[in-house]
Amino acid sequence: MSTATPVAPASAETRTYPAYSRSVLARLLLNREAAVIAALVVVFLYALGNVQYFDGPLTIYNLLKEYAPILLMALPMTLIIVTGEIDLSVASTLGASAAVTGVLVVDHDLSVPSAAVVAIVVGALLGALNGFFVAYVGLPSLAVTIGSLALYRGLAEGLIQDKRISGFPGALRTWPTERIGDTQYPNIIIPIIVLAVLFGLLLHFTSFGRSVFEIGLSDEAAHFSGVNVARTKLILFTLSGAVAALAGVYVALKSNSVATDTGTGFELKVIAGVLLGGVSIFGGRGALHGVIAGVLLIAVLNSALQLDGQGSEVIQIIIGLLLVGSVIASNFLPRIRALLPRRAVAPEVTSKTPVNGDHTRKVAQ
Amino acid sequence: MSTSTLAPSQESPATRALHTVLRSRELAIVIVLGLIIVLATARRSSFVLSADGWRDTLLAPSILLLLAVGQMVVVVTRNVDLSVGSTLGITAYVTGKIFVANPDISVVVVFLAGLAVGAVIGAINGVLVTLFKVPALVITLGTMYVLRGALTHEVGSDRMNAQDYPAHFERLGTQQVLTIPVLTIIALVVVAAVGYYLHTARGGRELYAIGSDPDAADLYGLPAGRRVLGAFVLCGALAGLAGVFSAARYATAFSGTGSGIELQAVAAVVIGGVAIFGGSGTVWGAAIGAFLLVTINRALPILGISEFWQGAVVGALIIGSIVLDRVLSIRRTHQLVEARDHA
Repeated sequence: MSTATPVAPASAETRTYPAYSRSVLARLLLNREAAVIAALVVVFLYALGNVQYFDGPLTIYNLLKEYAPILLMALPMTLIIVTGEIDLSVASTLGASAAVTGVLVVDHDLSVPSAAVVAIVVGALLGALNGFFVAYVGLPSLAVTIGSLALYRGLAEGLIQDKRISGFPGALRTWPTERIGDTQYPNIIIPIIVLAVLFGLLLHFTSFGRSVFEIGLSDEAAHFSGVNVARTKLILFTLSGAVAALAGVYVALKSNSVATDTGTGFELKVIAGVLLGGVSIFGGRGALHGVIAGVLLIAVLNSALQLDGQGSEVIQIIIGLLLVGSVIASNFLPRIRALLPRRAVAPEVTSKTPVNGDHTRKVAQ
Repeated sequence: MSTSTLAPSQESPATRALHTVLRSRELAIVIVLGLIIVLATARRSSFVLSADGWRDTLLAPSILLLLAVGQMVVVVTRNVDLSVGSTLGITAYVTGKIFVANPDISVVVVFLAGLAVGAVIGAINGVLVTLFKVPALVITLGTMYVLRGALTHEVGSDRMNAQDYPAHFERLGTQQVLTIPVLTIIALVVVAAVGYYLHTARGGRELYAIGSDPDAADLYGLPAGRRVLGAFVLCGALAGLAGVFSAARYATAFSGTGSGIELQAVAAVVIGGVAIFGGSGTVWGAAIGAFLLVTINRALPILGISEFWQGAVVGALIIGSIVLDRVLSIRRTHQLVEARDHA
């Protein structure tokens, strides 16, 4: 990932002081993001060597084509989960915007770009509605977005009813899935990379991004240090709606059809990818390059298992186990480590950083 | 009501009970539910007044009732269980398997088997959540995937059909005692038992305490881990029972049985006024929420709203009810603050 190197030190900023007692190399390599990226590389290389046809010309193309909407939605979802909130309605927003695109283009003869703009605006509004309830009414995002999960899916169902919209016209329909030159990459990865860089910069290199982490660590402390908590959350949910809508336009064009169940269940894949990528569900910790690696890990596993002749249920089981395993590892290992290093690592810590915080004081006793 | 902490009530127990009912959050949904039933019946009298309509009105919510009660017990401890849909699917299938292997087996044994399978799954969730101290949302999202995947792997495109279940078991799905369906009676008994336990028993009150402040409950010495584990076991067992219900009612089970119903269960709980972050709400509320959710789906086409807008109505209902809860809680805080300042 191109974002990997510049981003990693920023993610370390959220750590406590003792984290800095380790060397730069250790900090870069011994974290969740690095573990996920390593797992991705290992799985990818293993599949290349052992799974028949995985090295074929279409594998990466298909993989990116299928997982593009998940990758897109995972970007704003990362920021939302870092603030400690969650957005379960993204797949329904995707469905609603795909429905809007379909109705406008096929039934009302609008051109694809203008329909896409309308759909994205609609998506942003749907996201802003979530954000309004969460940020300004003060409702828990889990409950609100379960409600809007049903509501927005209902809007899609109401819009297209039992018909199946298909037959998008024009050259623009095939653009997102066409390859760039002779490479294995479909065009859709251009907007994905642009958005990934933008979201990476936003999260890790702006004061807005710092406030996102601060909110995740403590709403109240963030408020008292001058962060506009409500506005930040409203912006994040609006972004999430807009990006989900963009994914919806893509899905509609890619499959050249829209049905009421377009994208159902995507929200769970998005959240699984984000959490697998090392973002803490409690908020305050995570990095965008880890999330991208997490989603790609799921995508590679999926495609490798499919080529190996396994059914989709096996990948379901594996995603589930990875999800459970990764949270248990991230919550449980630090506690075990907290018991061990008092003897093993601590002396080194004291010699390097004489006075800093609880950790060293405990050692001194 | 929290007003009782301010001064001992001067009212007689009867008026106090009346006031509790009138002020309760549940009354709002009861009124909405009543209105929907009355309007739908006015439009088409067979909605409730015919024999079939009456049976459907009572029978249709029975499965979601069980799930909502179990979910409520977990939600009140500030957790959530998203794996109930997968659990339901598994026990519906296991029920079929048992009958295929042994067609003459007693129905009671099958019900117990469903409860047991569900309880084991609930225990797995509970142990993962309490032992490793990881958020239930993520764990049960994971087990939801794993269990559904395992079921699909086992079942494949196969399915249990009407001929796989013996006739006496299928009859149970529609059987009525005094015009009330048997399944609904069982579900209501569960609602009453769990509601009574949560309202009066020490263990039940401790669940509320854990949900309203886990750290305080821990410092106070409540066995938080054990209680939360118990809540998950109960939730899983009830989901297992719901699977047996589903098999009895629809006489079918396949790899997709019950998928997506976990969100309905959470929705029923939220509509019923249970706070998603724990510590408040009642089983009665969750049960009425489940009733409302199922009834509204049946009533909307009769009320002239196209079935395609049902999802939107349900979503608006969920959001509306949490907004209502928020408004009520702000008002109550104001009242308490005023009462304190005047004291």
